[in-house]
Amino acid sequence: MAQVSLRRLVKKYEGDVQAVKGIDLEIADHEFVVLVGPSGCGKSTTLRMIAGLEDITDGEIAIGGVVVNDIPPRDRDIAMVFQNYALYPHMTVFENMAFGLTLRRFPKDEIRRRVDNAARILDIGELLDRKPKALSGGQRQRVAMGRAIVRDPKVFLFDEPLSNLDAKLRVQMRTEIKKVHQTVKTTTVYVTHDQVEAMTLADRVVVMNNGIIEQVGPPQELYHNPTTKFVAGFIGSPAMNFIPARLENGAGALRLHLPEGIVLPVPPERTKRYAPHAGQEVLFGLRPEHLTEEKPTDKANIATFQVRPEVIEPMGMETLVHFWLQGTEVSARLDPAVPAEVGRPLTLAADMNRMHLIDPRTERVL
Amino acid sequence: MADGNTITARGIPAAIAPPRAGTLQRLARRRSTLAFLMTLPLLAVIGGLVVYPFFYAIELSMLNKRMTRFVGLDNYVFLLGRETFQLVIFQSVLFAVSAVIAKALIGFVLAHVLHTLPARGQRKWRGMLLVPWVIPPAISTLAWWWLFDPSYSAFNWLLAGIGAAPVPWLGDPGWARFAVILVNTWYGAPFFMIMYLAALKSVPDQLYEAAAIDGASAWQKLRYVTLPMMRNIISITVLFSLIVTFANFDIVRVLTNGGPQDRTHLFGTYAFQVGIQSGDIPLGAAVSLFMFPLLAIFAIFILRGVSRRTKEGL
Ligand SMILES: Nc1ncnc2c1ncn2[C@@H]1O[C@H](COP(=O)(O)OP(=O)(O)OP(=O)(O)O)[C@@H](O)[C@H]1O
Ligand SMILES: [Mg+2]
Repeated sequence: MAQVSLRRLVKKYEGDVQAVKGIDLEIADHEFVVLVGPSGCGKSTTLRMIAGLEDITDGEIAIGGVVVNDIPPRDRDIAMVFQNYALYPHMTVFENMAFGLTLRRFPKDEIRRRVDNAARILDIGELLDRKPKALSGGQRQRVAMGRAIVRDPKVFLFDEPLSNLDAKLRVQMRTEIKKVHQTVKTTTVYVTHDQVEAMTLADRVVVMNNGIIEQVGPPQELYHNPTTKFVAGFIGSPAMNFIPARLENGAGALRLHLPEGIVLPVPPERTKRYAPHAGQEVLFGLRPEHLTEEKPTDKANIATFQVRPEVIEPMGMETLVHFWLQGTEVSARLDPAVPAEVGRPLTLAADMNRMHLIDPRTERVL
Repeated sequence: MADGNTITARGIPAAIAPPRAGTLQRLARRRSTLAFLMTLPLLAVIGGLVVYPFFYAIELSMLNKRMTRFVGLDNYVFLLGRETFQLVIFQSVLFAVSAVIAKALIGFVLAHVLHTLPARGQRKWRGMLLVPWVIPPAISTLAWWWLFDPSYSAFNWLLAGIGAAPVPWLGDPGWARFAVILVNTWYGAPFFMIMYLAALKSVPDQLYEAAAIDGASAWQKLRYVTLPMMRNIISITVLFSLIVTFANFDIVRVLTNGGPQDRTHLFGTYAFQVGIQSGDIPLGAAVSLFMFPLLAIFAIFILRGVSRRTKEGL
């Protein structure tokens, strides 16, 4: 087991496609790090460079303190789980899992012991004599993980391992992966474009966009304190509302002037932080879960205003209400008991303690 | 118990017996009937060009030389006792087996070399390497014959250049056998190359990546990933090539005409010599029919392996 360091890592493909534009990342021993971001942002490229499957254009990768730039995959002591599993179709499950150990000339009984142990962890003991063709998607997924576990490598690498599974199985395997990590504690780098997967699995989430790292942090921190508009919009579902607004200073208190004459007071605790930006056009960011029906609470800094819902989506445990403020779509999450009707005025309560202000030019959170 | 039986026995025919009217119509609408009708032209062609000649050959091979009398298996017995024919069996097996092995090996190596080339250069080389296979063999064999020719031989000229003694390429039995195998290999290797190249391209890259991470060297990737993934295509190309090479005619006919002293005759050329040139058509038919059991044995072994692996999902 080992820590992994990426230093000013750059990848250029042929034809001047710069897939990774100089990223720095320190991954601690035993840590579970998830790389998340939209399609094409360079997650797989980064992972494949760690694995040694892609050449490094510039920068450095170290595993366990050793720079591995020029070390081939087979000597890096890593294991990888691929999106489509990449099981050897002509080998049985046992042979698939044992292959790495056989090549490394482990004694037969040691191989047997390790495969049996991994099969027990993953509950695939019955499948050891089958060929991959005779397995379901979820079972193949387990075998692919088993192949990684038996090696007991320094680092596990996962590239979207769950995206070929149906929704229900994905949730189940997600738990399974977390359980396996808690058992074997191997340092793990996990790539996904699904932010829910990232949030649930990670010790730390790395949000990537366009070949750079936008923000690194524990899931809760990314959720509560995003530093860029991209992260604010990417983490959380449904996505955060961004409403154009003007920050005004009136009589020592800051106010946000939203479209259609809505004025919201900024909590006094934030005055110092936002005061320098008074008079500026900003983006007001508020998650749908912080824009709800009025509740009989004594919480401070709840601001109410009236809207006319235009789309109503009952989800069962909640109801999503959408309305437009001068061309900007805004969503709110209501208790399903609240009677909401399209076109009938509805009073919403914004939890201003959870507000974010974004500079529309730099797209950074203020 | 007895009651139950009667009910079933009476019940089933009543349930599935179709009403008499429209039976023909229904039959015509069934998919299998339609499929049969649509393959009928092909079946007719196969019947006319394969099945009929095959049985006609069997009938022929049991007649006497003038084709007036039925002689049973006499022709076969006669052939087996003849030393030349025993030589022909040996030579056909030697020729087919060594040429197919050489073709498969060379084709495999060429396919690998091509596969590692970048896409643009690959097309050019692929085209050039296919040339031997697209030239009609009778023509290219003539060119080879000229290269081997005792007085003008380009090979002997080269040998003389390095100070070696000239080789009687087509005059000595050993060298003549080598020459026909060489030419057949030259002609047939591109077929293996193109089949193996296609097979190589169909192996998912991720298997090699997984193997690289599992710790496989280039050689181990070949041994444990490429070869097992290609086993079916290798079996089928080998079988196909064995059949074609066994029945080869043109190369031997042009290059050596079976000589020297019948030492390069194959089933095909020998059947031609006996049947057409010497005018004993029944004996010639018997010669060519000897190929059938030999090839059937090869085919059974190879196809059994193929179908087993197909069932396992390879
Ligand atoms: N072999 C390649 N040659 C050229 N460009 C490539 C190659 N592989 C990837 N790219 C480009 O590099 C960029 C990053 O690709 P990468 O596969 O890392 O994205 P990703 O974040 O994994 O996306 P996804 O979620 O769709 O898998 C993309 O713009 C892609 O088009
Ligand atoms: Mg990817």
